Amino acid sequence: MKPNSPPNLNRSPSSNLKMKRNGTKLKNIFYSQKVAPYVFVLPFLLIFTGFYLYPVVSTFIMSFQQVLPGQTEFIGLRNYERLFNPTFFRALYNTTLYTFWTIVILIPLPLLLAIILNSKVTKYKTFFRACIFIPALTSTIVAGVIFRLLFAESESAFGNSFIMFFGFDPVAWRQNAGTLMFLMVGLAAWRWMGVNMIYFLTGLQNIPKEMYEAAEIDGANTFNKFRHITLPFLKPVTVYVLTITLFAGYKMFEEAYVFWEVNSPGNIGLTLVGYLYKEGFQYNQLGFGSAVGVTLLIIVAILGLIQLRLTGVFGGKGDN
Amino acid sequence: MSKLLKLGILLLISLTVLAGCGGSGGSGGEQTGGSNDNGGSEGEVTELTFWTFVGLHIEFFEEGVRSWNETYPDRQIKLNAESFPYDEMHNNLLLALQSGVGAPDIVDIEINRFPNFLQGDIQLEPLNDIIEPVAEDFVQSRFEIYSKDGQFYGAPTHVGASVAFYNTEIFNAAGVSPDDIDTWDDFVEIGKVIKAETDTPMTVAYTSGFWNFYPMISQRGSDIFDSNGDVILDNQDNIEVLQLIHDMVYEHEISVLAPGGNHNNEEFFAFMNGGGAASLIMPSWYASRFVEHMPDQSGNFVMKPMPRWEEGGFRSAGMGGTGTAVTKQSEHIELAKEFLAHAKLTEEANINIWKILGFDPPMHTVWESPELREPNRFTEYFGDGLFDMLLEIKDEINPLNITNNTPLARDLIETNVLHNTLRERSQTPEEALKQAADELRNR
Repeated sequence: MKPNSPPNLNRSPSSNLKMKRNGTKLKNIFYSQKVAPYVFVLPFLLIFTGFYLYPVVSTFIMSFQQVLPGQTEFIGLRNYERLFNPTFFRALYNTTLYTFWTIVILIPLPLLLAIILNSKVTKYKTFFRACIFIPALTSTIVAGVIFRLLFAESESAFGNSFIMFFGFDPVAWRQNAGTLMFLMVGLAAWRWMGVNMIYFLTGLQNIPKEMYEAAEIDGANTFNKFRHITLPFLKPVTVYVLTITLFAGYKMFEEAYVFWEVNSPGNIGLTLVGYLYKEGFQYNQLGFGSAVGVTLLIIVAILGLIQLRLTGVFGGKGDN
Repeated sequence: MSKLLKLGILLLISLTVLAGCGGSGGSGGEQTGGSNDNGGSEGEVTELTFWTFVGLHIEFFEEGVRSWNETYPDRQIKLNAESFPYDEMHNNLLLALQSGVGAPDIVDIEINRFPNFLQGDIQLEPLNDIIEPVAEDFVQSRFEIYSKDGQFYGAPTHVGASVAFYNTEIFNAAGVSPDDIDTWDDFVEIGKVIKAETDTPMTVAYTSGFWNFYPMISQRGSDIFDSNGDVILDNQDNIEVLQLIHDMVYEHEISVLAPGGNHNNEEFFAFMNGGGAASLIMPSWYASRFVEHMPDQSGNFVMKPMPRWEEGGFRSAGMGGTGTAVTKQSEHIELAKEFLAHAKLTEEANINIWKILGFDPPMHTVWESPELREPNRFTEYFGDGLFDMLLEIKDEINPLNITNNTPLARDLIETNVLHNTLRERSQTPEEALKQAADELRNR
């Protein structure tokens, strides 16, 4: 790989031998297989350092401070001590429940849809794929406003007229913990169904057809083919989708914000990020807000590690 | 070792390149700043930025700019006014003031967020030198809510007198009149008649808005905090008020839970626009929401003083408010202050507060002027004599005590207290208020 025709031929070789040697040295750096990768990732590293690493470090430091203009001071662990209050636990509970439901809904259903839309017998596949994917292109806020109108309290709103058709009483959807969770999870499911379906479709299309043919020759039925070929081949995709759903669930903010902003009755719509936002910006407690952020980071990191270990990504067992 | 050296060199090179970019950008910024300064001193147009969270306020300030430029042709101002949503504007301002860059020259800050900006080294300019000369002519308490340690930081927008809005169409159908109501007992009695005759609720109870609870406790001379800043949210007065709001819904059955939970959402507007309730207790600035969002009821609603608690009791409360402040980051602090004085603290400005915004101006010397009796879109909706009614109750307003914990107190009332007592009914008024008060005390 080493070039043997240096471009500085026009320079008189006798004039400055030292400089030439310097030139090759610099060039060697750029041609070196060891260094070149770092040159290429440098822009990323710089952006990462400036816009991710610095804020993270600074958040960590701020979580031990009381931050006021001109009067910032270290207050030890007091911000973390203050976390032990019912509002924080409510936010943690809401966020965890929300994440649980999104995982329960946003993995099996998109998988099923992907299988249906990958099947040879389904007609108009492209049309249906497009339909299911389109919600992902809308903004959560816009979709949320529509959801709010569909599920308004009045009897004439869509949600209530629908359930009243089946003989139920009208419901104040945004006012109760259960129904609000239904709205938030529903909004997330509606928006992310298509994206997760695309992941699974990609996975499905990477499964060699020969596997199914061989299985058919061996006399396997549809369920057995699904159980012993489709699922194992989809495992990497599933682990990936599970990971992003878990993280997306814990950092959820918009789905709650569109329904109640950050002040919901009885805090039924308060999420961890919402709590961070409320304390940091609405009560001017940036230090305490940072402590919430650091705690969220720790929670997500632990859950992520457990999840990856259980699914075998870090354990080494899954690789075999 | 040499590899590390090479890497280090590379990093240095790229850093110098980047730093070069940064440097040139910085000097560019300074240059524009310099030219602005020149503009100010040479009598050319000076640009001031203004942030608000109410679009209508821009119209009001632009009128102020027009008048300023007429009065001081050699010190022309161009106002770059921007309107953001409520939360976004206050958050942006907080971050700009915390970080030391990016704040506007002049900014509207809402009363519930104002305490956030009075902590640490205060990043707002004291306005004493423009306020003190005219303080006599104003409702004093409206300066105090934006002050700390004797320094005033905000120019008030209105008195915010709370009133009762009565739907005369519904009253007439029931054969009663709003004038029959003097006390809260009358309110309940008339409410029962209306309920019986028309099957329409007398009023609404907000489960996520404190706009009937807070005026009603303020009327009685109570508050969330006392004048020393101590929490009195769970005192007997407040418990009785919340009990009455509760009883109106569940015992007297003349009130319903507000659709959507508070005064400011589509469901509630639709409900009121359709004649859903016969009355509403709100600060007078809510008139603009009627005009904008409930056009079908135009001509039906009248504004009256609130019912009183006892003979001779107060019939109103000063609620809400927006203080306009000048930030320390402004490059033209003196000019910004003088302009603010011209735009908000003169008689002309206070007449415009009524004309353009429909608010009760905080400067009492203009209250008698004929301009405030001219018809406008509010008198069209609510009938004549609107301003005289506001004048009638001007002395029946208790001051409010605003502390650092006011933003939290409001949230506690709006998220827990009202929801738990009125909708969930999982707590009695006493339990709920006590719990919220304790949380405030432990802060």
